[in-house]
Amino acid sequence: MGWNGQPPLKPKLGASNMTMLPEASAIKLGLVIDLDICVGCQACVVNCKEWNTSGYGAPLSDADAYGAAPTGAWLNRVHAYEAGTGADARTVHFPKSCLHCEDAPCVTVCPTGASFKRAEDGIVLVNEDWCIGCGLCAWSCPYGAREMDPAEGVMKKCTLCVDRIYNDNLPTEDQVPACVRTCPTNARHFGDLGDPNSDVSQMVTARGGFDLMPEQNTKPVNKYLPPRPRRAADDTPVSLLSMAQDATPTGFWKWVDSTLEKLG
Amino acid sequence: MRPAWSIIFFTSLSGLGFGLAAWVVLGFVDLTNPQHLLGVGGATMALIVTGLLSSTLHLGHPERAWRALSQWRSSWLSREGVLAVLALAAMMVWGAYYVRHGMPPLWANIVVAALMALTVYATSMIYASLRTVARWHHPLTPICYLMFAASSGLLAVLWVLALLGQMAAAPLVLAAMLAVASAWGIKILWWQVAGAAGSGSSLASATGLGGLGPVRSIMPPHTSENYLQHEMGFVVARKSAAQLRVIALLLGGLLPLGLLFVMAPTALGFGVGLAAHMVGIFVERWLFFAEAKHSVTIYYGDTH
Repeated sequence: MGWNGQPPLKPKLGASNMTMLPEASAIKLGLVIDLDICVGCQACVVNCKEWNTSGYGAPLSDADAYGAAPTGAWLNRVHAYEAGTGADARTVHFPKSCLHCEDAPCVTVCPTGASFKRAEDGIVLVNEDWCIGCGLCAWSCPYGAREMDPAEGVMKKCTLCVDRIYNDNLPTEDQVPACVRTCPTNARHFGDLGDPNSDVSQMVTARGGFDLMPEQNTKPVNKYLPPRPRRAADDTPVSLLSMAQDATPTGFWKWVDSTLEKLG
Repeated sequence: MRPAWSIIFFTSLSGLGFGLAAWVVLGFVDLTNPQHLLGVGGATMALIVTGLLSSTLHLGHPERAWRALSQWRSSWLSREGVLAVLALAAMMVWGAYYVRHGMPPLWANIVVAALMALTVYATSMIYASLRTVARWHHPLTPICYLMFAASSGLLAVLWVLALLGQMAAAPLVLAAMLAVASAWGIKILWWQVAGAAGSGSSLASATGLGGLGPVRSIMPPHTSENYLQHEMGFVVARKSAAQLRVIALLLGGLLPLGLLFVMAPTALGFGVGLAAHMVGIFVERWLFFAEAKHSVTIYYGDTH
């Protein structure tokens, strides 16, 4: 068992000790990421690295960290895209981590049983004691959610902070994934996407949340919320000079203005 | 995709080994001389085992490789491991039977040869099962692997026959020529058909932002290359793919065919033909990886 009597962090021995996908779980823990709000500050990226280098499994190592070409294992990356053209183009910051897919190809391709999806809550994990570091799971993931640890030689991936969300030793407000806890703009949300009445599910319904690469048939649990429609732009050109000239001073500045005018 | 030498050697050598083994158990080489049985059996096993061991070289934890035999219910990589072990065991049983009783019955030979073919099929399915690499995810991919195993195995049979001083029957030489020609024919078809297969994914579907208009990457998420780009964003020599295909076809196809056609059936001629065929397969296998585009590169701005 994991700590606090919570679901185990390793696959159960016996008949279920196979990288077959479990029956779809009723509870589908995952993230909802709001592309309208994310400002690309990378705080989630850094806090993810910070928490996961000291939590579940081997540390998230870096290679050549202070050299010319540093590289390392990170479980969360924020891309930036431009969508649209001309005046309508907009910058969209795009966080990407494991989507904890219902039909996770990374689980079924694993030859050792190290890669598994929990029947209890749908979290996809890697048992690092069994992983041979063949990399096939990373090849099978369309999203690039898995990265090989350069020091440990095992596959690393988002654990949905399984060592936070069930951890009663932490204050309630900290029992969410590190990326969600740290997001300063509230662009990341954590919850049960298997429950249609949960906050995250309702957010997905209200905002038209969508799957990434639905054509890959992975059925991601994580959902993304689209940027909200843009408000109609005011076509009148804004001139700071005319604003300054037209401004009528009041109070102290009115006195300064009139005194200066008296001085000629 | 990054072409790892260990994987290129693994797939080509084990293909050659299983191909040769299949033709041998089907009775194309006379092994009544115990020395011949030992020599041919040993060489075949060496090829297969070298290939399999080579495949463990790229692992982060080779000492745990035995665990890869456990997940045959869902994983083609695991199935490949299990089948390879079964095929090697079947070979040894076949050899032991041969020593005691002579040639096993035809049905047993066919079963053992089918096990070899199934192993090669499983190797190919490791790649063909990946939806993320569109050109691999194609029904022709396993056929290519099986055809090259058959053609290299047949060329090896001809070489072995010449080495052992046994006369290769003219139909066998003709069959080898046919196998080499059709293997490369299928490969050309694969290059044309599977090579053109799109993944159906685009930056629009990858980001879900297609409704806003064209999407382009404006800033990478990190400042230096990461594992994903190193492993899946391999683009070196993609521009020379056309030349490399010609080299593969000349060395792997035309040279062995020419040697089979003009040369007297000497060990040297067949040996050079087999070597050239294998070099062609190495180049072909290198391109199989180097030209493959993985869907994750879409996130980094690659178009498919």
